[in-house]
Amino acid sequence: MKANTRPPRWATRLLHVCCAPHLVDELEGDLDELFQQRVALIGLRKARWRYVRDVLSLLRPSLMKREPNTTYPNPAITTMLRNYLTIAFRNLAKNRVYSFINIFGLASGMAVAMLIGLWIYDELSFNKQFNKYDRLAKLWQFVKFDVEKASYDVMPIPLAQELRSKYPDFESVGLSVTRNVILAADDKKLMKLGNYVEPDFINMLSLNIVSGTRFGSNDVNSILLSESLANAMFGTDSPLNKLIKLDNKQSVKVAGVYEDFPANSTFNDVTFLVPWKFFAANEESAKRDLDQWDSNSYQIFAQLKPGADFGQVSAKIKDIRMKRDNPPGYKPEFFLHPMSKWHLYSDFKDGVNTGGIITFVWLFGFIGIIVLLLACINFMNLSTARSEKRAKEVGIRKSIGSLRSQLIVQFFSESLLMVMLAFMLGILFVQLTLPFFNQVAEKKLVILWANPLFWLTGLGFSLLTGFIAGSYPALYLSSFQPIKVLKGIMRTNRSATIPRRVLVGFQFTVSVTLIIGTIIVFRQIEHAKDRPVGYSRNGLIEIGMNAPELYGHYMALRNDLLNTGAVAAMSESSNSITVQYGGTTDISWKGKKTGTMPLIMSNYVTHDYGKTVGWQVKEGRDFSRDFTTDSASMILNEASVKLMGFQHPIGEIVRQSGREYKVVGVIKDIVKEDPFKPVNPSFFAVSYRNVNTINLRLAPQLSAHEALAKVEQVVKNYSPDSPFDYNFVDDQFSRKFGTEERIGRLAGGFAILAILISCLGLFGLASFMAEQRTKEIGIRKVLGASVFNVWRLLSKEFVFLIVIAFCLAAPIAYYVLSDWLQNYEYRTKLSWWIFAGSGLGALVVTLLTISFQSIKAALMNPVKSLRSD
Amino acid sequence: MLMKGTYLGEFEEVVLLAVAIRSGDAYGAAVVTEIEQQMNRSVNLGAVHSALHRLAEKGLVTSELGGMTTERGGRRKRLYSVTAAGRRALEEIRQVRNQMWEAIPNTAWT
Repeated sequence: MKANTRPPRWATRLLHVCCAPHLVDELEGDLDELFQQRVALIGLRKARWRYVRDVLSLLRPSLMKREPNTTYPNPAITTMLRNYLTIAFRNLAKNRVYSFINIFGLASGMAVAMLIGLWIYDELSFNKQFNKYDRLAKLWQFVKFDVEKASYDVMPIPLAQELRSKYPDFESVGLSVTRNVILAADDKKLMKLGNYVEPDFINMLSLNIVSGTRFGSNDVNSILLSESLANAMFGTDSPLNKLIKLDNKQSVKVAGVYEDFPANSTFNDVTFLVPWKFFAANEESAKRDLDQWDSNSYQIFAQLKPGADFGQVSAKIKDIRMKRDNPPGYKPEFFLHPMSKWHLYSDFKDGVNTGGIITFVWLFGFIGIIVLLLACINFMNLSTARSEKRAKEVGIRKSIGSLRSQLIVQFFSESLLMVMLAFMLGILFVQLTLPFFNQVAEKKLVILWANPLFWLTGLGFSLLTGFIAGSYPALYLSSFQPIKVLKGIMRTNRSATIPRRVLVGFQFTVSVTLIIGTIIVFRQIEHAKDRPVGYSRNGLIEIGMNAPELYGHYMALRNDLLNTGAVAAMSESSNSITVQYGGTTDISWKGKKTGTMPLIMSNYVTHDYGKTVGWQVKEGRDFSRDFTTDSASMILNEASVKLMGFQHPIGEIVRQSGREYKVVGVIKDIVKEDPFKPVNPSFFAVSYRNVNTINLRLAPQLSAHEALAKVEQVVKNYSPDSPFDYNFVDDQFSRKFGTEERIGRLAGGFAILAILISCLGLFGLASFMAEQRTKEIGIRKVLGASVFNVWRLLSKEFVFLIVIAFCLAAPIAYYVLSDWLQNYEYRTKLSWWIFAGSGLGALVVTLLTISFQSIKAALMNPVKSLRSD
Repeated sequence: MLMKGTYLGEFEEVVLLAVAIRSGDAYGAAVVTEIEQQMNRSVNLGAVHSALHRLAEKGLVTSELGGMTTERGGRRKRLYSVTAAGRRALEEIRQVRNQMWEAIPNTAWT
């Protein structure tokens, strides 16, 4: 065909653009045929003209409509994604063990992180439900008895009025005091904790009154009940205007019911509120202290005006007491402790805030991140190790026409799928373990289903993990040249495994550190528990003397109790033996250095106290009724003898609160306070009035249950209206270890999880390595290697890693733990064998984990492993 | 009778007839030449194709792709053939026309 006999090109092109692709071929054919005919019949020019007309006539909808038919698919992006998912699921199903290890490991890591996250969220939101959260504060004071400043949150009563009237920064100020009180209405008697407060207190906490009204500044004999207490006392009846008898003395009328304080708030255990005026009118000590500036027993809460700064106001009120007449020797400095710091920053040392629970928030946050990191490392290690197996798939996909970008999408979507599965499993784990976790952590946590932040963090993190874990196969594997991969000359060089080893090494460093940490924490607890406490806790119980009927007939009560046969010994004392309530600085002796104001703990007991609790007299004698002079006798503990510097303490005279006492005995130190601290200097003096606790040693012949029933009967005879409420000293003592045991349990739990996750990862890696070296092992066996040889070959590498990990972990653990132990004055030693034992333990666990795989590989028949290709 | 919606237009009838004439070798261009020769008027290819389409939709013609030949630069032809329904339709039209012819009174021509 000559060039000039062609139809107009533009028309042909127009046809191609406009008409349906499946028709173009045949239409162009027709056009062309007609054109050729017409050139011969009517000449070129007219033929071209007709050609154009024909093309234009063909531009009609019926011919332009694209073919709906699917003979040649026009794949959407989802088609390929579906394929990727199918392949991903097939891979999961094919390698069940790996998939399980991979997803399970990551899910447990995520679960731990979520639990810790929930815990931290709960701690950080403590007290935040109060509307005036950022303007409330509690009054504290630093006092200096000796060298260091001590801190107390108890204040003198007149300070409240002083703050209210003279300091305009305060919007309101409220006194408060917390007591355990017997509440009696009808036949119900309950021992409950509640506060006596000034009406301003109600405003400050924006108390939510559910029914009735709050009490005002003129009300005295009224009470506000929490919803739960109202329920417990009156059930479904309306509690309003009912009468309740407090401690079997005065009656108060229920003015209203308020919504329970939130569980994560400082006041969560306060179940009722009674006007301060009631307390001031009825309590002897309160009447006495009303204008006493040096009697510190009451709490003061304050609300500042908007814009006032806690620090500046603290500076203004600091010296209120010292500016008044007769400043006391302990030099009190008042300050405000803001509500935002009550819970997390509650520790003071020598006048400086040293944190508190915030330490644990950091610690657990750190542990959570570490555990999660371990799980992620596992996930990445296993994913990348597995992905090498799929080099062939990459080769085939590429030769069929896959683009690199498509392979990248494939591997990313695959790892995202795994991470999402793990995330869902993790949430399931959290849901299942939450009740247990709540018990250990003593919390009421729930999954924040409705909190967008929770989902955002969870999903964001999952995406990130999936992205990081998928990046190696996505970016590295997709770069393979298909021809090399399919020929089989693709070899991973040894340097490719270095990052993997570093990661495994890191995991083991963390695991060994956690093992050492857990052992030390538990040893520290054991160390303090095994410490001689100076008395015998066995079968010792205590009963609080809340009801007035229990006072005033000591001998009769004692005889009745002893006569039951259930009680071996009985006495009374000022406060429980597991608590040290107060001390005095108004004490002097021969040779006391002038100018020092040491605090000596004071204890008042009856004659029988020593025999009841079983203290150990080191010098001199116990109190005895045979000596009528014993009302002016004193027994000291070793610590106070040391402080006072007596060479021969027996017979020395000690003046206390204006009275002279003769020292008649010295006892071994009794651990009443913090079991991790040295015992404070204390004295014991005889008193039958200054007591509030009955101490009983149960007779060993009877079971505790029988004995308690008999004791209850006697106590009821004296005080029929109060509930029989007793405590085992043993339990009270164990509670002193609550914080430490909680840390120990949690650290132990996390250590086990970390080790488990590390082992899972190790197991997967070991089996992968054994599989990769199947042929090598086969050839070695053919050449005469024994099972032991092969086992050693495969284990060597991991043992090497453990050794390195141990070398890193030991100094880290030593540094961190010796720092932690500095918090305790009575502490265990960091013995070398703990470190050695932990390292050895990790080694054994590692060998056990990988031996399964390496022995399996070593036992394999070389005929089988070498038969293929 | 033709069903409603399958009414055969005048041009469609012509195309259908052309397909029948060229049976065995009836494709777009052939139909165009056939009509042009028979009726001595120029016809647009687009009109023919569109009509063939409609006829195919009505089930009066079927089509299949022919083999590749060298004559059209290797482009394939779509070959149409009249179906039984198509044939019936043509016969019916013819019969109606005949009826009408016969109904013309002789006086009409004078």
